[in-house]
Amino acid sequence: MSLEKGREITISVLKFNPRSKVSKPHFVDYKLEETPGMTLFIALMKIREEYDPDLSFDFVCRAGICGSCGMVVNGKPALACRTLIANYPTGVLQLMPMPAFELIKDLSVNTGKWMDDMSKRVQSWIVTNEETDITKMEERVDPDVADETFELDRCIECGICVASCGTKLMRPDFVGPVGLNRVARFEVDPHDQRTAEDFYELIGDDDGIFGCMSLLACEDHCPKHLPLQNKIAYLRRKLVALR
Amino acid sequence: MKINYCDALVIGGGLAGLRAAVASQKKGLNSIVLSLVPVKRSHSAAAQGGMQASLGNSKMSDGDNEDLHFADTVKGSDWGCDQDVARMFVHTAPKAIRELAGWGVPWTRVREGSREAVINAKKTTITEDADRHGLIMSRDFGGTKKWRTCYTADATGHTMLFGVANEALRQDVDIRDRKEAISLIHENNRCYGAIVRDLITGELEAYVSKGTCIATGGYGRVFKQTTNAVICEGIGAAIALETGVATLGNMEAVQFHPTPIVPSGILLTEGCRGDGGILRDVDGHRFMPDYEPEKKELASRDVVSRRMIEHIRNGKGVPSPYGEHIWLDISILGREHIEKNLRDVQEICQIFNGIDPADEGKKGWAPVLPMQHYSMGGIRTKPTGESQNLNGLFACGEAACWDMHGFNRLGGNSVSETVVAGMIIGNYFADYCLTNDVTIPTATVQKFMDKQDAYLDEILAYNGTEDIFRIKNKMQNLMDNKVGIFRDGTGLAEAVDELEDLLKKTKQINVKSKERVGNPELEEAYRVPRMLKVALCVAKGGRERTESRGAHYREDYLKRDDANWLNRTLTSWPDENDTQPTITYEELDIMTMEMPPAFRGYGAKGMIIENETSAVRQAEVDEITEKMQAEGKDRHEIQDALMPFSLPMNYREKNERAGDK
Ligand SMILES: Cc1cc2nc3c(=O)[nH]c(=O)nc-3n(C[C@H](O)[C@H](O)[C@H](O)COP(=O)(O)OP(=O)(O)OC[C@H]3O[C@@H](n4cnc5c(N)ncnc54)[C@H](O)[C@@H]3O)c2cc1C
Ligand code: SF4
Ligand code: FES
Repeated sequence: MSLEKGREITISVLKFNPRSKVSKPHFVDYKLEETPGMTLFIALMKIREEYDPDLSFDFVCRAGICGSCGMVVNGKPALACRTLIANYPTGVLQLMPMPAFELIKDLSVNTGKWMDDMSKRVQSWIVTNEETDITKMEERVDPDVADETFELDRCIECGICVASCGTKLMRPDFVGPVGLNRVARFEVDPHDQRTAEDFYELIGDDDGIFGCMSLLACEDHCPKHLPLQNKIAYLRRKLVALR
Repeated sequence: MKINYCDALVIGGGLAGLRAAVASQKKGLNSIVLSLVPVKRSHSAAAQGGMQASLGNSKMSDGDNEDLHFADTVKGSDWGCDQDVARMFVHTAPKAIRELAGWGVPWTRVREGSREAVINAKKTTITEDADRHGLIMSRDFGGTKKWRTCYTADATGHTMLFGVANEALRQDVDIRDRKEAISLIHENNRCYGAIVRDLITGELEAYVSKGTCIATGGYGRVFKQTTNAVICEGIGAAIALETGVATLGNMEAVQFHPTPIVPSGILLTEGCRGDGGILRDVDGHRFMPDYEPEKKELASRDVVSRRMIEHIRNGKGVPSPYGEHIWLDISILGREHIEKNLRDVQEICQIFNGIDPADEGKKGWAPVLPMQHYSMGGIRTKPTGESQNLNGLFACGEAACWDMHGFNRLGGNSVSETVVAGMIIGNYFADYCLTNDVTIPTATVQKFMDKQDAYLDEILAYNGTEDIFRIKNKMQNLMDNKVGIFRDGTGLAEAVDELEDLLKKTKQINVKSKERVGNPELEEAYRVPRMLKVALCVAKGGRERTESRGAHYREDYLKRDDANWLNRTLTSWPDENDTQPTITYEELDIMTMEMPPAFRGYGAKGMIIENETSAVRQAEVDEITEKMQAEGKDRHEIQDALMPFSLPMNYREKNERAGDK
């Protein structure tokens, strides 16, 4: 460990347990010493172990891969495990749970339930009439098309785009950038036999592709740098052409 | 009491559990999957490098087949695996990957024409044939004869998990997340489901089912320095152990990975070395060829990890505030390659260490150090995936000791195992659920429920002076220091004693908040004692095993001892008041092996205490092979004569390959 003493930082957390009759939303400040390379994962674990064992939050991979740890950091939704404290010159970080999702407790929100519903709603799977014969050679896929599909398949369903989305806050049933990205992903996948008409059935309304107001925050905040706006614009042009 | 009835209960929603649930759902069974977290967030998502399957599509994998994959797997296991299971596995892997392709996993594909690759630190040109264009591509990984690891850039686990999870949604599998199984319901050596705690409401519920399949992943978090997700605590294995009936196999077999980044422990995939990355010491010297002239950085993981520590001990480590480490250099692969194929690796280096690994020279080198990575041990099963002792309990994936990895797993064989075991075991599991009914009285279910209910109250009532987080930290440090990469009798004996002591101390804690809902400290308080039981199985199994095999390396017993230790460790916990596991052994029968024990081909030579039977069986194998070859029999017929194996469904059918004659 470095011998130099780190600066004092303040992590201010919104605490609230909606399942308790007495709990009211309030901020609690925790002061700790910064260590080199400290992320919010490290800081929050330390807070739980040393100051407040009752603090709830969600981490799984702690490596920016699983999408569990979205929260609002100084007003912007971000993955907490890859948020470096060093990037905040004031040393004060205010944490709130992501909006648009059901609150479980403190910083923990139910993104999983939301994402499952979204997946079912846009039928986030391959739709085809062909059975794969797994004893035979696989179907060939052009390497560029496979790469393009992969690029859109990298979404980790963290919900940051949803929490960033102005439309979603006004229209609770909006499928969100993540849902539209799913459609775009299956649209390029050659295994999927759905036509533009089929996709229109799923998202051809104001809760779908025509609801987006192109505010761009989804793409700005997406930790996987998915080309959300581009793809939404592309789908919109494609589906609008149908009617 | 809330009881949920179903036909097939799967505990764990990673790749293995979801694939098994798809198998049971497809047979018309009403299947429920439970998971601590939304299933797409399971640890499986973190696998980067890839999945082994002997497709033989690309230039460097041409000629690959099941036989080569089998031989690599058995050698990799240091002859600790069940060869029957290894055969079942290698035969089904190509089918599994083709199924996943059909479910939309966007595997990286072969592109015809020439491309540059780095092999053995030299730029080389590889030319792919036009007739392979568009087939599934593969890359090099440690311990394999051919380039066999199929991948989607470096996000393989993520794309596989989403593919399987979406298929499960499509099949209408009933997925319930934030539900934690905390005990199994069982009577007369038969399992009937689980007692489950809802992690949102804190409520206890019973899940009663015809069959139960545990797919809860590994137990890496009993160590401090680990690449594993924070939820890999081994609770699934622990609740099986706590039945007092089911056994765990080879718990001391714990794999350490050579290249997690320091200090966070986030893994930089083996694909880094597979694609040509190299290891350097404090002088910038590439040292692996000095130790392993043949396989170099691509010897199997146990070997590379030990060589790194050995080199550090020889004074060649790089000093840092976090202790000494080694450098991983992938800059020699070129920026373009890294930005396309190792993007997540690049991101991890940038975000967590402020390094761009594509920068040439020392600037781009990443600090790495071996850390815990994979649990070869787990719930001991038969080749069908069913527990040897507790009927109706199945296990698959990293939670299981099915046992195709023995004492060392090859990179890329694990995510492959999850889906393959999900297919094979999932089908045997479904058949069990189809032919067996639930015959348990409600009163029995109530008894198991009341016990857990009372246990939670008991924890909240403790009023000692110990702290559960501190106990956990002590356990983790102890495991790193005394049950790590290099082990010896003294350290292991101390570890067993100290862990036992910590286990007793878990009853002397004081949980600050007395809430049953949304209380993370309470959760630690009921998990840590179970983790300690798992840790005790690891430490005690290691203490007893006086040899070195695969990842289990004893400095006081350097040789692999086939004369005395060609067996599998079984641990059980017969009485809940015990403070140590009971150990027994299961012999491996050389005379039924297709590949009797021999030298692995990497690591030090002459480090084996041989078993005489090996030569006898080898002569037999050679004789049968020669005779059948002379009769013009093909490799499948010969294999069948040497070691017949069975598989459900159409999985036994031959795999088609582009290189077939
Ligand atoms: C960083 C990293 C990289 C890796 N890369 C590769 C690779 O490139 N190739 C490869 O072959 N292997 C790789 N592995 C190994 C491989 O990823 C894992 O072995 C494999 O994914 C395990 O899958 P699983 O389905 O068995 O378990 P997991 O994916 O761990 O899933 C476990 C599930 O069980 C649930 N669960 C746990 N306990 C309970 C409980 N008590 N009640 C209810 N649910 C519970 C969890 O919520 C989760 O859904 C890697 C591992 C790591 C750590
Ligand atoms: S699109 Fe980006 S921000 Fe939205 S859920 Fe996926 S990864 Fe997260
Ligand atoms: S914990 Fe997995 S993305 Fe942050």
